[in-house]
Formats: sequence, C-alpha cells, structure tokens
Amino acid sequence: MTDLTPDAAPGRRHGGSLLTLDARTRRRNRAEARFRAYGIGAILIGLLMLVVLVVTIVSRGTGAYTQTFVTLDVELLENKLDKKGTRDIEAIKKVSTFGYTPLINAAFETAAQKAGIETALKPKDQAAILSKSAAAQLRDYVLADPSRIGQTVSFRFLANSRVDGYLKGRVTRESIANDKSISAEQLDFVDQLIAAGMIRKTFNLDFILGSDASDQRPEAAGMGVSMVGSLFMMLVVLVLALPIGVAASIYLEEFAPKNWLTDVIEVNISNLAAVPSIVFGILGLAVFINYMHLPMSAPLVGGLVLTLMTLPTIIISTRASLKSVPPSIRDAALGVGASKMQAVFHHVLPLAAPGILTGTIIGLAQALGETAPLLLIGMVGFIASNPPDGIAAGLLSPNSAMPAQIYEWAKRADPAFYERAWGGIIILLVFLVTMNTLAVILRRRFERRW
Amino acid sequence: MPTLWLVLFLLLLSTLGFFAGRARALKSAGGDPRKLHSLPVYYGLNVALSGLVPALGVLAVWLLAQPMLIDTRVSSLLPEDSIPADLTRDLVMSDVRRVAEGLDIAVGQGALSEAEVGALKAGSSDIRARLGEVGVALGSDVRPEVLAAARSYRALSHTGTLVMAAVVAGLSLAGLAWSYARTHRDYRARNVVERGVLALLILAASLAILTTIGIVLSMLFETANFFGLHDWRDFFFGSTWAPNFRGDSELSILPLLWGTLYISLIALLVSVPIGLFAAIYLSEYAGKATRSFAKPLLEILAGIPTIVYGLFALLTVGPMLADIFGKGGALGVDWMAGATSVLTAGVVMGIMLIPFVSSLSDDIINAVPQSMRDGSLGLGATRSETVRSVVLPAALPGIVGAVLLAASRAIGETMIVVMGAGAIAKFSLNPLESMTTITTRIVSQLTGDTDFASPETLVAFALGLTLFVLTLGLNVLALYIVRKYREQYE
Repeated sequence: MTDLTPDAAPGRRHGGSLLTLDARTRRRNRAEARFRAYGIGAILIGLLMLVVLVVTIVSRGTGAYTQTFVTLDVELLENKLDKKGTRDIEAIKKVSTFGYTPLINAAFETAAQKAGIETALKPKDQAAILSKSAAAQLRDYVLADPSRIGQTVSFRFLANSRVDGYLKGRVTRESIANDKSISAEQLDFVDQLIAAGMIRKTFNLDFILGSDASDQRPEAAGMGVSMVGSLFMMLVVLVLALPIGVAASIYLEEFAPKNWLTDVIEVNISNLAAVPSIVFGILGLAVFINYMHLPMSAPLVGGLVLTLMTLPTIIISTRASLKSVPPSIRDAALGVGASKMQAVFHHVLPLAAPGILTGTIIGLAQALGETAPLLLIGMVGFIASNPPDGIAAGLLSPNSAMPAQIYEWAKRADPAFYERAWGGIIILLVFLVTMNTLAVILRRRFERRW
Repeated sequence: MPTLWLVLFLLLLSTLGFFAGRARALKSAGGDPRKLHSLPVYYGLNVALSGLVPALGVLAVWLLAQPMLIDTRVSSLLPEDSIPADLTRDLVMSDVRRVAEGLDIAVGQGALSEAEVGALKAGSSDIRARLGEVGVALGSDVRPEVLAAARSYRALSHTGTLVMAAVVAGLSLAGLAWSYARTHRDYRARNVVERGVLALLILAASLAILTTIGIVLSMLFETANFFGLHDWRDFFFGSTWAPNFRGDSELSILPLLWGTLYISLIALLVSVPIGLFAAIYLSEYAGKATRSFAKPLLEILAGIPTIVYGLFALLTVGPMLADIFGKGGALGVDWMAGATSVLTAGVVMGIMLIPFVSSLSDDIINAVPQSMRDGSLGLGATRSETVRSVVLPAALPGIVGAVLLAASRAIGETMIVVMGAGAIAKFSLNPLESMTTITTRIVSQLTGDTDFASPETLVAFALGLTLFVLTLGLNVLALYIVRKYREQYE
C-alpha cells in the first residue's frame, strides 16, 4: 500500500482538532447510544411485564382470601323443625332446607329490631343478603345434634357474593342497576348491619381448604379439593416419571452403543420435549380413556398424561447431571473390580442425585401448572365438591386440578368468580415458587463442582 | 381396581422371593458369603426380578390387548343385518361399549344389581333413562342387539380379567420357583441380574419411541375414521368452519390455520424484537451484575403457567384493549366488539415468548467467537456496528432457528388462545376481531360429552395431527439450522 497517498485516502478530516467530533463521528455515537437504549428498553419492557403481571395477580387475587360473614342469632323453633317434639332424627330429616328459611327470616326481623334498624325491606328480602347455602348450613347443624332445637344459637353465615363484592368495592350502587339479585335498599340495609357490627369481612380459610361450589354460590367456592387432585396427579408423575426417566437417562448416557436405535431414541426425546402439551391430552383421551377405558376426569389419567409430558424434561436434566460426574469416578470404581453396572449404580448415580432431584422438581413444577391436556381428559366442567376418601378414590374418582379449577372459574359468568380465579393463581404460584426455590437451594447446597 | 391389587400382590411375592433367594444362597455357601460367586443381594434380586418382571410385562401387554380382542369377538357376534344402513359396524360397536361401560358404572354405584342387569330388556325397561341417572348419557335408545352385545362384552371383560389375574399370578410364582431352584453358590447371579437390569433400562429408554408411536397411531386411526365420514377435500381446501351437531357440518382447517398463524405472527412481532434486543444487551453490553439480576428475572416469565397468561389476557389485557379501541373507548372509535381478539391473544403470547427468544438468542450470540468481535472493534467499529455487521450476521442462522422454535411454541399454545382469542372462525385481517385457532377448536370439540362416532368430534384428531406435523416440522427444521450453525464455530 505504498502508493496510497494522503490525498487518495477517503478520509474526510481536513484540518481541525481531533478533540472536536466531526459530524460523522457524532452520528455514529448517536447510533451507538440509540442501539444501547433499545437494548435497555427491551429489558425494561420485559421486567415491566413481569411487574405488571405480579401486581395484577396480587391486587386482584388477595380479595379471595377475605370473605364477608353475617353474624346472626337464630332461634331454632320447635314448631317448625320438630312439630311432634319427639326429637326423632328421621322426622327432622323430613324438613327440607325450605323449612329453615322462615327461621332465618325471623332472625333478621329480631336482629333488625334489636339493633334499631329501620328498613322497608321484607324479612325475606333481608335474608336474601345471605348465601344460598345458609339454610343448608342451618339444617346440617340441627341434624348433627337435634337436642339443640328450641335454643337460640349464634351463627356465622356467608354473605351473598354481591354483598361480599359491595364490601370489597367490586359492586356499587351504579353497577347493580340491572341486577335482579340485589337492590339498592338491600345495600342500605347492609350498611346499617355493618354499623351494627353484624357484617364483617374476615380471613377466609375455606377458600384454601374448601371445595368448589355451584355457579350460584361464588362466595362458597374454594381450592381445597382441586389441590388434592393436583397432589394425586403429582404423586403419579413422581412415582412413574422419576424411575423411568432416570433409567432411560442411565441407559442413554452410560450404556447405549452408538447405533441407529440410540439415535432414534435421542431424536424422539428431543422432539417430545417440543410437542405442544395439548397433543399429549389427545393421546391421553384416545389411549387411556377411549381405548383402555380408564375413568374420565380421574387424577390417575391426568398423572399418566403429565408423566409422558414431563419425561423428556427429566431425562434431559438427568443426563446433564450424569454427564457432569467426572469419568475418573467410573474409572476408579472399575479399577477396584466393580462391574460397569455397579460403578454406575453405586457411585455415579448417588453423585448425580442432587442434579436429578433438581431436574425432577422443575419437571413437577412444570406439570403442576399445565392445563391444556387436563381439559381434554375431562378435568373441568363439573363441581369437585367432595374431597376423596382414601388413595384409590383419590386416584380414580373424578376430581379437578388447580389450573383446571382456575380455568373453570374464569369461564363462569359471574364476575365474583374472577376474584377466585386470581386468588387460585396466587396459591398455584406459591406452590411453584416454593418448588423452584427448593430446587435452587438443593442445587446450591448439594451440587458438587468437580 | 383389581389391577392395583394384583400389582401389590406381585410386589409382596417378589419381596418374599428376595429374602428367600438370599437365604438359600447363603445356606448353600454354609453361611459364608465369600464362597458365593456374587454378593448375596444379587441372589435375592435375581429371584425377586424373575418373579416380578415377566409377570408385570404380561400384565401390561394383557391390559393393552384385551380391549382389542374383546372388541373383535363382540363385533363378530353382531349379525350383519343388525347394523342400520346409516351406521357402520364401528359406530355400533362404540354404542355397545358405551352401554357396557354404563352398566358397569351403574353396578359399581349400586344403582343396579347384577341380577337386574341380567333382567334388563331393551324394549320394556328404559335403559337410557336408568343409565342417564348414573351420569352416562346415551345418544339414542338401546336396541336389543346392542344390549345383547353389551352383555357379552361385559361377560368377556369379566372373564378376561379373571384369567389375566390367574395367568399373571401363576407366571410370577413360576418365575420365583424357577429362579429359586437355580439359586446355588456357583450360580452367576450378578451377571444375570445385570443383564436383566440393562434390559429394563433399554425398555425405559424406548418409552420415548412408544410415546411417539402412541401419539401418531392414536391420531392416525381417528383421523382415518374422520376422513371416512367427512370429505378430506373439504377439510384441507374448504373455506368454512361451521360444525353442526345435527350433521352436515363444514369442517375446514383453513380458517383455523389462518387464525393460528395470524396470532402467532403478532406474538412473534412482540417477542422477537424485545427478546432479541434484550439478548443483545445482556450479552454485549450488560455488566456482570446487571446480567445476573435481569436474566433470571426475565426467565421467571417463562416459568409462569400458561393459565396465568390466559387469565391475564381474558381479564386484564382484553378489557384494556376494549377500553381503548372499543365503543366509547379512549380513541372514540368502535373497532372492537369484545375483549377477545387476535391482538389480545397475540400480545399476551408475545410476552410469554420474550424469555424464550431472549435466552435462546443469548446462547447463540455468546457462541459467536470473541475473536470476530475483537477484529471488528480493532478496525474502529463501534459496539453497535460490531453487533449489526459482524455478530448478528454470524449468529443469524441460529437466531432464525430460535425464532422458528418460538413460532412452533406459539402455534401449539393452547390456554392463552382458548381464553383470549375468541371462537369465531373467519378470514380477516383486522387484529381487533376475535378469531379462533386450531388448539382452541381441539379443546372445544373434545370437551364435554364426546361422541366418537361423529365427524364433529373426530375432526379434533385430524386437527391434532396437523398441529403435530406442523410443530414437528418447525422443530426439526429449527434444530437442523441451529446444529448446522453450531458446527460452524466448533
């Protein structure tokens, strides 16, 4: 390049100081700053989305953990419940929940008088601020011990979801203009009862432990039973996916010869990891329910489907942790006379155990939040009302699962269920965060760096 | 559940076998383990495994094969003239199975006794109503031939289960006895056990193949049934999706495919720029502290279950968009009728995919050799110029692979579109209209009471198969590109 003269160079700097930037440098620096800002912007958008999501979930979900209750003294009138006075349980059972409604109406009348509340509402309309389950609650109480008939007992009834919404600010006098199930007068009455200390919003343990309720009674719906369903599914996944996944990984990592069969298995596993989850649902419906005639909506079937879905995740992480055990361990075991199988099972596997466990927990967490395959095997669309009695029933009787229950609530028409759905998500996320934290702790605490 | 008890029984037997085998081996060596060929535990394991493994294998095969064999047997019992002209043999058989199942449930719940089942007559007692009481809905009244076939179906299943229990228990005992008899101090127990364990390991590994075969076969069969009932030309080339449960539906995949691709496109338009820029910043600019703080936080977005995103679309993003574009909204335009729309689902899905794109691209950008960057910087390029004209072109194939993987995720995503996209199948370019996708239709055709004899239900399998092929193709292509790219720099 000796013939390159200064004049021929494409340089544009003709005189001037090196300390003052020329236009082109300034443009390039601006472009640099812009590019950097795009990057920061992208990360900020991502983090902002995370914050928005968390704030939305917390702000809309916490409402489900408090519930409005009405405290009421009910006189269990003998002439309504046990006309003959024999305390014969069969005779008392004949009185349906309708027979208990007058008691509640009467209780409201006396309560209103005692508290000095003046209202134009009829007792029947006063009682309408309670949940539809109030009469049944009363009846169950009486049937549990008929000797209480004739006494006056203080009850804590669930308030109607509209009243609950009023206390939580979801329902206002404007929003109920076209609502037939509650009127502005009733809300006035509720205000008076609040002043009298009869209506109170308290912590609602039933949301966490209770069962789902029909779409007429959002105030009584809870997550408990579907949590049990999820628990049984996770048991199935753990019992099946962990041993099968570990066995498959040991074979592929330690024993498999390099041949076409191994290649086919490897390709299959990596492809299964990317198959949409709904396809596993179709498989479950066609094979487990339609062909093998396992019961619809059973956690066993859900567990089997989720097992197939989680296996690739577990296999991939198990193989990674087997691979991280240095070959010197195997060589040493073989050197002192262990067979290959003994070297793997007695030395490599225990050393890889923390990594395997971490991968399994992450796989379980993924399975716990999965919804789509559960829709196809029928874990939505019904009311999971009773917790199963026993392990066999827990596996085979119809149940829901946490994400399926949330979906079910989100589908219902009454907005009161939306609050439950967000609340359910909080529970689901608490489980997921706990599991993932456990996995991180296990990894930090036990994983060995070689 | 008799199978569960059978398995427990087998486990108990083989536990006993373990201790018996070990004791026998030790005894044959006069109580001195040093005289044995293998460690005592291997003799026990040998007995236990030979009692357990073949029996469990037969049990599994039996459970899979029995329904098929009984189906053929009962189907051959159905006289040709008992099949109505408008139905096929398969459809009648599915009726038979449903009635048999219903009777089983009724007996199980105590609504009917075995004697009452024997006394049921198709004409006189209304089986449909009785079965309806226990929650088994039948499509039509039960004809006498079907009832007879259902009875023999039940009888055959019952006998089959009994024979199965006997065979499996017998096999287990035989295995135990055989290996117990062979247990001796010179028996090479460890070699046998290790060979057996290796076979089990291979079996576990081939489950992946079995699953794939299961997925493909189950969908292929039902898809074939579907194309027997419905014209395949309408499915692939028709223009309308209008399922009608009284029959004569138009079931074309094209409008669904359009909705799926449109929503996926929007999701990619959201996630690819954000994810890519985030990856570039994290790998090229960010310091160690920022990286260790921002990367895990972004990846939380990927760990959130899709149901949460679905709810977010349905209850937050959808209403928000409706407030902006809907009637009486912030813009004063009436472009959006409801909360569900292509844009709702697409944006939320895009948020979900951000970490997916960013962590994949991050790996790929990090794989570009540092020497290439150094070369570019040494020539006086700024960092952004280096990224744009050196790093990105080098990483491009990998990034394309990552985008394809993200696209495959978007196409197969279910909950977000079920809750956020709507249910109307149509060709439209307006992102504010609600549209439906393949996954949404699979869910809606297969939930609730499904009748596996109607094309409206079976179409879901054809949709599922298309989805499977589509995502598989994208994945294979993406993995191929990524692998090819990796080789380039390794």
